[in-house]
Parts: sequence; C-alpha cells; structure tokens
Amino acid sequence: MSVTAKPAVAAPPARVATGPALATHQVAAFVVMVALLVSAPFFVYPVFLMKALCFALFACAFNLLLGYVGLLSFGHAAFLGSAGYASAHAAKVWGWPPELAILFGTVMAGALGIVIGALTIRSRGIYFANITLAFAQMIFFFSLQAKFTGGEDGIQAVPRGTLLGVLDLRHTYTMYFVVLAVFLLGFLVVYRAIHSPFGQVLKAIRENEPRATSLGYQPEHYKLIAFVLSATLSGTAGATKAIVFQLASLTDVHWTMSGEVVLMTLLGGMGTVFGPVAGAFLVISLEHYLAQLGSWLTIVQGCIFIVCVLTFRRGVVGELGRLLGKPL
Amino acid sequence: MIFGVPTQALFGQLLIGLINGAFYALLSLGLSVIFGLLNIINFTHGAQYMMGAFVAYFLLQWAGLGYWWALLIAPIIVGVTGIVLERTTLKRLYQLDHLYGLLLTFGFALIIQGLFRHQYGSSGLPYSMPGQLTGGQNLGFMFLPNYRAWVIVFSLAVCLTTWYVIERTRLGSYLRAATENPALVQAFGINVPRMITLTYGFGVGLAALAGVLAAPIYQVNPLMGADLIIVVFAVVVIGGLGSIMGSIVTGFGLGVVEGFTKVFYPEASNTVIFVIMALVLLVRPTGLFGRTT
Repeated sequence: MSVTAKPAVAAPPARVATGPALATHQVAAFVVMVALLVSAPFFVYPVFLMKALCFALFACAFNLLLGYVGLLSFGHAAFLGSAGYASAHAAKVWGWPPELAILFGTVMAGALGIVIGALTIRSRGIYFANITLAFAQMIFFFSLQAKFTGGEDGIQAVPRGTLLGVLDLRHTYTMYFVVLAVFLLGFLVVYRAIHSPFGQVLKAIRENEPRATSLGYQPEHYKLIAFVLSATLSGTAGATKAIVFQLASLTDVHWTMSGEVVLMTLLGGMGTVFGPVAGAFLVISLEHYLAQLGSWLTIVQGCIFIVCVLTFRRGVVGELGRLLGKPL
Repeated sequence: MIFGVPTQALFGQLLIGLINGAFYALLSLGLSVIFGLLNIINFTHGAQYMMGAFVAYFLLQWAGLGYWWALLIAPIIVGVTGIVLERTTLKRLYQLDHLYGLLLTFGFALIIQGLFRHQYGSSGLPYSMPGQLTGGQNLGFMFLPNYRAWVIVFSLAVCLTTWYVIERTRLGSYLRAATENPALVQAFGINVPRMITLTYGFGVGLAALAGVLAAPIYQVNPLMGADLIIVVFAVVVIGGLGSIMGSIVTGFGLGVVEGFTKVFYPEASNTVIFVIMALVLLVRPTGLFGRTT
C-alpha cells in the first residue's frame, strides 16, 4: 500500500524504457513557476518570499522521501535545524563566506542523515515515523544544551556576508535571487532524482517492496540513498534560512517543525513535483496572516491536517493534476 | 555514600525515576494496546493525558468532586471523547495506509492542545493533593512522600491488571486473536469493530488516568503531554510496539535509568532514553520485547 495518489504510474511504459522524457506540461508548469518567482519580489515582501522558498525546498526534500519512497519521517526538523546551526556557526564564529557556510551546513545535515538513516531505514511505516521523531527530539535536546548553539537564544546576528566575494547579500534583492537560485537548484536535483532510473526503483519499492527485492534491487540501499539525499537538501534549506534570517534557533529543530513540513507536503500534494512548493507557500502565508492569533494557528493547522487526511488526500496540486488529467 | 554520591540524592532520584517510569509505563501501555488492535500510533495520546488532568481540575472547580472521584470519572469522560473520535473519523481510515491514522491523530493533538492553550495559557494551574495522602514516611535512608508511593503502587497495579486481562482472560484472548486476524475473529461472531472502538476508548482512558495521577505532582498545564509523549514513543520503540509486558517493564526501567543519569551525568538525562533507543535498534530492530516480523 502506498501513501500517495500514485502520480507517475500513468506514464506509458515505452517512455520508462527509453528513459524519462521531459513531459511538456511539467516544463510549462516549471516555466510559469520560475516566471512567478522572478517577478514576485517586486510585488510581495521579499523576506516573506525568501522564507517561503526555504520551506519550499525543505518540503521538496521531504516529499522525495514521503511521496516517492512512502517513508514518513517525523524528524526532518533535525536536518533543517542542525544545518542552520552549522552554517550560522561557520559564518559567525569562523567567519566563513556564505557559500561555504551553506555548503558546510548541507554537508553536516547529510552526515547526520547517514547516521540517522543507517539506524532507522530498516524500520517501516509507523515504526519509521516514531523512530525518526525520537532521534529528532534527541537532536533538539542536544541543541538546547550544547554550548555552541546558544541554547534558548540561538545563534543571533549571523553575518550574511558577500557571496563569492562579489555579491553583497546585505542587499535584500541580491539575497532574494541567491535564495531563488538555491531553491531552483535543489528543486531540479529532486526532479532529476525522481525522473531517473534511481527514482523508478524508489517508486517500485514504494509500490511493492518484496517484488523490487525479487528483481534484484536492494531496497535498503535505495531507501538509505533517498534518505540521505532528502536530509542533505533539507540541510541546504536550513543553512540558507539561517543566512537569510541571520538566526539559527530552537524553533527549527523542534518537533512542531517536523509536523509543519508534513502539513506542507500533505496540503500541496504528496508525490507530486510541484505540490510541496505550493504547500509551503500556502502554509507560510497562513502563518503570516494568523501570527497575531497565537494558539489559533495551531488549531487551524490541526483542522487542515484533519480535512486533508479525511477528504483531500491528493492535496491541492494533486487534485489540480487530476482535473487536468496530467501529473504535475 | 554510594559511588561518591550521597545516599539521600541517589534514592531521591530513584524515586523520581520510578514516578516518571510509572507515567511512561501507563502511557506506553495505552499506546501499545491501541497499536495492537488498530495498528495506529495514537499521536493524540499526550493531549488526552493532558485532558485527564484538566477534567480532574474541572471536576474539582465546577462540581466539587475531589481527587478520588476524578480518578474514576476523568478516564471515563476522556475515554468517551476518544470513542467519539474513533467512531466519527479514525474508522474511515482503516482501509488506507496506517500513516493516515498517525497524521489524523497528530491533527487532533494540535487542535486539542491549541484550544486548551487558548483558554488557559501556558502557565500551570495548581491541583492539590488528596488529604489522605499528604505527608510521608521517613525510611531512615530517605523521606518517602505518601502520594508518590501511591502513584507508583497504583500505576503498577493498573499495569499488571491490564496485562492479566489481555494475556490471561477470555476477553483478552478475543483481543489477541483480533490482533492476529480480525476477519477470522469477525467470522466467529465477535463484533470486531465494537471491540476496536472500546479498545481505543480504554487506551485513551489509561492516558487520562495517568493525567489525573500527574495533576498533583506536576501542575495542570495545556502542554504537559506535548513533549512527554515523544519520550513515551521512544519507550514504546525500545519495549517493542504492541508488547504489553514490554511497555510496563521498559516504562519503569527507563524511568529509573533516567533518574540515575540525573545523578551521575546530568547533562545526558534528557537524551539518555533516545541513546538507549538507538542502541536497542542496532541490536534488535523490533525492540526488546517485540515480535520479529
């Protein structure tokens, strides 16, 4: 059984055999998305957009695991948050330039992904969700107590610095387009991974693991690679976010953040290419507008969870794709 | 002095460990019972534990019913809300992937905790100890408050009774059979859907009972279950999901281990359970008492 609405199964077998061709409607959707994101900062508050883009990348990375391998990780905040700490520390204490700080955060999240992945990947379904959650909580307590994370205060006043010694990131628009570039790069990596032979094997494992094993694939290897890739890209999102907001804090490692990325992916559409992006923008907008209402935000989020699970399992983009008759 | 630590401190932490262990055991027992039959991890469990404490508080404030009544009534009230939740929403998801059940209960946890926090803020409300259990015994090597002794003894009794009912009675045998093969048990004329509903209600009731027990020790707080439940998830993973005895033994055991960690290496006291979980997973992926699948 799969968690998703089986998005890519509709592709004709011939296309699978010759390697996945770029579906024209997906290219069109991609062009529209890029056009919107390039023009958006001139109409919408850029800092809000940067936040949404970081979360969109986080959700895409998460969706790689949930939507295409069928593994629900309830501890992805660990990767987002620890990468944030790593890059903030590198930029502030060691004085590294932003590109190296982000790279360092990404690598650290990947390394953490290898450790946690190796321990958890043998478990399935609910066990997997449970265990990843517990590990993330361990990282949370570590971040609370360790010296370099600053405990409750977090790492504040992280310098944005100068990218490659040329681009001054203190300038909001420059920062925005750098974040956009990072997001698009991550998005394309996920897209490429899904539409590669590797991605086909992942989907095969999701649909029928014993069968994939009998065909000679080793599901655990594939799952672990997908897990590490997902953790790494979550790290990129977290590291970039720390540089943008000049802050790494406990919020990003707390389990509520793991819940939020599940919500984004669920609302946007699990197992769709564009769903997590749409979901991230929707959830971040919601938070933006409900921020003054305090605990009502959690209540509204809980209601969205319940509505999505009971009646709207394909998510926004999944439903849209179904109406158009094409997977998005 | 034992290992360079004053005896007083050592036994004090042992007591705190046993108290925490009692809550871990009660909560993980409820989770295990629910998981056994419904195959879902009840993410609302922490919120339902909190509801138990709040219902005890309401009973005292509005109806003048004290601790002993609360111990009886609160689990029933919260259990009934659980039954309503199962009948109206959870049962629609049994044909789907079990992860949807987890996401649904997570949504409910957010709503319940949000509503209580909206109403009562995040500072705790005091709930006083029952008069019969104030004071304590001086055991010579340590001072044992009566209420804490009561919590340990009572929760141990509840855990062992539950174990006995499930493992040693006819009702329990139906339950275990339905865990193995619900369709066959249904064919024998046993109303499995009703059993599932009542089981969920019972598991939720156990959480509420733990909440009432906790009310006089910790304060009644909307977020009292939010972080606790994650530790309990780890306890359940260590014990083996669905194992009744495993939940009880690991619940108490890990509480004690956590208590001793506070004495010998306080920095690790929050993380020790998760470290143990990692080690157990390396050796036995299905948990200490879990069946190999």
